[in-house]
Amino acid sequence: MNHILVAENVSKNFGRHTALSNISLKIPENCIYGLLGPNGAGKTTLIRIINQITHPDSGRVFLNGEPLAPHHIATIGYLPEERGLYKSMKVGEQALYLAQLKGLSKTEAKKRLYYWFDRLEIGNWWNKKIQELSKGMAQKIQFIVTVLHEPKLLIFDEPFSGFDPINANKIKDEILELKKKGTSIIFSTHRMESVEELCEYIALLHKSEKILDGKLSEIKNAYKNHTYAVGLQLNENGASLLEDLKAKFAINESTFNDDEKQLDLTLRLPNEDTSAVLNYLSSKANVNHFQEMIPSANDIFIQTVNSKSQ
Amino acid sequence: MSKLKLIIIREYLAKVRNKSFVVMTFLSPILMVGMIVLIAYLTKLNDNEKRIITVLNESDYFSNSFYASESLSYIEFKNLSFEEAKDSTLAMGTYGLLYIPKRDDLEATANSTFLYTKESPVSLVLQRLDNIFQNRLRQSRLQQLGVTAKDFANIEQDFELSTATFEGQKNIKGINEIKAGIGGAFGYLIMMFIIIYGGFVMRSVIEEKTSRIIEVIISSVKPFQLMLGKIIGTSLAGITQFAIWILSASILLFVSLWILDMEMDTIPTNSMLTTTTFTNMTNAQPEVSDLELYTAEFLKIPWVLLVCSFLVYFVLGYLIYSSIYAAIGAAVDNETDTQQFIFPIILPLMLAIYVGFFSVFSNPHGPIAVGFSLFPLTSPIVMLMRLPGGLGEGGVPIWQLLVSITLLIITFLGIVWFAAKIYRVGILMYGKKPTYRELYKWLNY
Repeated sequence: MNHILVAENVSKNFGRHTALSNISLKIPENCIYGLLGPNGAGKTTLIRIINQITHPDSGRVFLNGEPLAPHHIATIGYLPEERGLYKSMKVGEQALYLAQLKGLSKTEAKKRLYYWFDRLEIGNWWNKKIQELSKGMAQKIQFIVTVLHEPKLLIFDEPFSGFDPINANKIKDEILELKKKGTSIIFSTHRMESVEELCEYIALLHKSEKILDGKLSEIKNAYKNHTYAVGLQLNENGASLLEDLKAKFAINESTFNDDEKQLDLTLRLPNEDTSAVLNYLSSKANVNHFQEMIPSANDIFIQTVNSKSQ
Repeated sequence: MSKLKLIIIREYLAKVRNKSFVVMTFLSPILMVGMIVLIAYLTKLNDNEKRIITVLNESDYFSNSFYASESLSYIEFKNLSFEEAKDSTLAMGTYGLLYIPKRDDLEATANSTFLYTKESPVSLVLQRLDNIFQNRLRQSRLQQLGVTAKDFANIEQDFELSTATFEGQKNIKGINEIKAGIGGAFGYLIMMFIIIYGGFVMRSVIEEKTSRIIEVIISSVKPFQLMLGKIIGTSLAGITQFAIWILSASILLFVSLWILDMEMDTIPTNSMLTTTTFTNMTNAQPEVSDLELYTAEFLKIPWVLLVCSFLVYFVLGYLIYSSIYAAIGAAVDNETDTQQFIFPIILPLMLAIYVGFFSVFSNPHGPIAVGFSLFPLTSPIVMLMRLPGGLGEGGVPIWQLLVSITLLIITFLGIVWFAAKIYRVGILMYGKKPTYRELYKWLNY
């Protein structure tokens, strides 16, 4: 598998404060890679090192197999968390300026801007000043400016902040579309549901160290504890059945709804032998649902960070 | 197109299109010319005021001492008591009453003479009256020594020492001041430019920080490129503004003076007139040969050297200061936090101007003048004030100019390195109140 970005033992200190200690990462080509971690974990520092805004004290970073060099700037698109635009500059002029700084020619930049303005329904804003736009509108411009030079690697730091749900969805679709076209994407966020939705790989940073990384599905598998959620529709009172089940299986929690005669419970199956359980259950009651409980990214995040903090 | 060029163009346009900049550019010349015209007008008004002093002379002296001049005339009271004279003076509304009582001799008379006025008298009037008495007393003492009044009139002689260099070139008075004045104008220009446009650079950096665009930009260009582009772009805008100012101010000045029917030379001569006392009202016009000398001396000022060194000192001095301004802008979150850092920058500039106007004017090659023209933070201003005196013999020794420029270049490199470092770290720092200690730490990041 090709890697768009490889970091080897990257460390960075600010005075006595350690921002990154010995971080190694491999980011596969053409995937969405979630860079997660609580505030102050070192995500922004790592992203800034990739963008060559700061330089590591030690360790090396490779982009597409080459050691990071100034000309790589044109192949990276970066949407920082702390972002903004010149307030008194006109939208079109500003976008052109930023695109030219990324190495696009003026005519090419103009052509692509018109395409994107059309695509994201930003028709007649060209001559408006940023201060006349709403925050969400400005965020759209900011997004366009980030992707305009068609970078191989896109880095989004909290890309959805400042968007209403409809536009956030639109941006999400655009990100997926970019991925489909072959772009590799690093995605840093606190919003775990979007991690779940978008990321194939994640790395978890905590207190300047990497505590977890890999394919999201594999991590989830590693974190699952053979627990199943079961819903049963009964005819009579559930108390006796519950007693029965408790004797046979490891029941974690259960609730019984008297009106609906609905029994919900979770049970652990260390041997993962589901067929025997299902057979038994369906003989006793109507099975509404039977589902393995896979930990969410959020659960994993909180669980790992807490266990490290203790 | 190179990134630096893009940045310079953007910074230039952002500055030039700014509304307040446009307003300032076109309003300032009007204000400036308005001020000059107003001053000229007021001076003219002032000069036209004719003051009248009433004189009550009870003594036997000073009977023929009071001659009317352009701005001061006298009315002598005869046979009035002091009280009557006072009342009449008040009734007539003249400027004041000079009371000379009767005493035994001239000295006693002079000593008991009083000038009564409504408010404390202006120095012009006092000076003239003092002169009358001084003259009369001198005359009387000389008479006691046997000099007649006629002889005394002959003794009166204005004298000015003629000076020349050993090469036999005749020196003319005031040329040192004029030379220093020309250098001073250049130095002052540099100071104003640094303060105004350095401030612009700083505010532009703060704007990028507060609008949070900075991280977007420096993911495309190096922070140093951005800083340099900003400084150059802003100074180009400044040069544009200065050019417009000088051009439009001179046109406006010319037009308005023409309209007001004032000749250009009324402005300087007015001030000279007011200080001339009537005893030495003898013709102060320089002779033709003197005028020629002035012109020759003026042409002898090493203009090429002056303009070249102005450019060198201007560029280096401005870059040093504006990069410090940029670093300050990067270190703070808003403009109110800048005060503590601004003062230490303004200090050497002010010092340079004061040292220039006091020490260089009195002695362009004294130790203070030399010291400050070598010290890099003041040399752009002070050295320029010394340079109109020439280079080499009789002027600034060549080694001093070389040392001064070398020191300036070394400082320039050091300060720009230092400022770029602060800038690079500072632009990404939010919410930290910068102290000098914090800034020192940033140098190691």
